[in-house]
Amino acid sequence: MTRTLWDSTVGKKTVMAVSGIVMLLYLVAHMIGNLKIFFGPDEINHYARWLRTMGEPVLRYEWGLWILRVVLVTAVIAHGVCAYQLSRRDIKARPSKYVHSKPRASYATRTMRWGGVILALFVVWHILDLTTGTVHSGGYQHLHPYQNIIDTFSTWYGDVIYIVAVLAMGLHVQHGFWSAAQTLGAGSRTRDRVLKTVGNVLAALLTAGFISVPVGVMTGLVS
Amino acid sequence: MKLTLRVWRQKNADAEGAMSTYEVDGISKDMSFLEMLDTLNEELILKGEDPVAFDHDCREGICGACSLVINGDAHGPERTTTCQLHMRSFEDGDTIDIEPWRAAAFPVVKDLVVDRSAFDRIIQAGGYITAPTGAAPEAHSTPVPKADADYSFEHAECIGCGACVAACPNGAAMLFTSAKINHLNVLPQGAPERETRVLDMVAQMDEEGFGGCTLTGECATACPKGIPLFSITGMNKEWLRANRKVSR
Ligand code: HEM
Ligand code: SF4
Ligand code: FES
Repeated sequence: MTRTLWDSTVGKKTVMAVSGIVMLLYLVAHMIGNLKIFFGPDEINHYARWLRTMGEPVLRYEWGLWILRVVLVTAVIAHGVCAYQLSRRDIKARPSKYVHSKPRASYATRTMRWGGVILALFVVWHILDLTTGTVHSGGYQHLHPYQNIIDTFSTWYGDVIYIVAVLAMGLHVQHGFWSAAQTLGAGSRTRDRVLKTVGNVLAALLTAGFISVPVGVMTGLVS
Repeated sequence: MKLTLRVWRQKNADAEGAMSTYEVDGISKDMSFLEMLDTLNEELILKGEDPVAFDHDCREGICGACSLVINGDAHGPERTTTCQLHMRSFEDGDTIDIEPWRAAAFPVVKDLVVDRSAFDRIIQAGGYITAPTGAAPEAHSTPVPKADADYSFEHAECIGCGACVAACPNGAAMLFTSAKINHLNVLPQGAPERETRVLDMVAQMDEEGFGGCTLTGECATACPKGIPLFSITGMNKEWLRANRKVSR
């Protein structure tokens, strides 16, 4: 069964759908966590500490966070590898273009591949910026996300990189959520409007929620 | 009507092809698109040139033999087969681009004719039932719920033309394959091979070098028989179910 899953176009797409939904659920939680910045430094700094103590006393300090990190890295790699392999296959299956061609699919549909690449690059930058502090613009302080976030969004490039990535994420989710439902066999004619609406609302809420943070810093609401 | 045609000409599978321009005059709005091409071919034959090769058979929209990508649309601007497309869909003086189906799994044989035998091999992998044939059985002996009968019939309408593959940016055969699977898998007659059918047909589809689905929906827009995009969703569901049931 594992071989059929991995060898098949439908199977690889299933891996993409499941890993995509795992990442999507994480994004919802991540966005809610980020919004705590609007309630002051104590709120969000305390939340950062809780991320390390969650699961205690069953788990030890930071175990929960590490489990989450492993799950997410696995999801990103599985998703990216399948996206790459399927895209290679798709391009090979249609070697010659039509002389008379017209783009028809929606913008979100046509940008899944490049949008995905933008997201992958962003994830690397984002971790080096706010998790490890390697490329951080101010003096990075562990467990002080409030000040770290203000530092990042006080630079023009920090704002630009972040906002471009969030917009790419919104488009990706807009086509991705509905696609995943079809891949997993959950779509149908009667359920289509509900699925499309949930995907659109999810994409809009995630985009607005994530973008509100740099906008908050830029407008001085968070300082 | 007077028209300018730009037609893909290719001597054989190995030759380089290119678009060639022709003028045709005296085309009636009531002609079908294929009759318009017949007119062009008659003129080419009189001039001693090689006529344009294109596929056709029933010319009544039921066999799936005719193809052609017309101005970038598989089967042209109307939702029907090329043989059922009429020249009233065009204007006097139009320039019309005519190309073959494009997909790695559908190599060009000559001009506008492509080899669609990959579809036959997908059918051979499981697009049948193994009941012994003979005299037609008593219809009432196998009750089929109305909703299932409708679902099956909707998918049975697929004529295997390949427009879905031609329209798909990934050269995927998902719509065709899903139509054939759903047609049989929902019926009691198709039940004995329900799992092997979907697993084997999807495996053969991949084997033939068709691409994967990115849910752009261009296949369902091009399909002359209105096979819906949800057909692919149904196939995915059957495939996942079969993987759970069959351990191999
Ligand atoms: C590592 C970076 C990423 C790459 C390279 C990438 C690439 C892709 C590609 C190429 C597709 C298929 C598009 C299509 O079928 O038209 C896709 C689908 C999808 N992506 Fe991503 N993506 C990435 C990150 C993400 C993230 C962060 C999420 C979380 C929200 C996500 C969620 C989804 C979902 C739910 C699907 C639909 C799966 C399906 O079609 O069944 N992706 N992605
Ligand atoms: S699904 Fe539609 S477009 Fe594809 S082969 Fe069948 S009839 Fe033709
Ligand atoms: S020639 Fe038979 S469907 Fe067009």
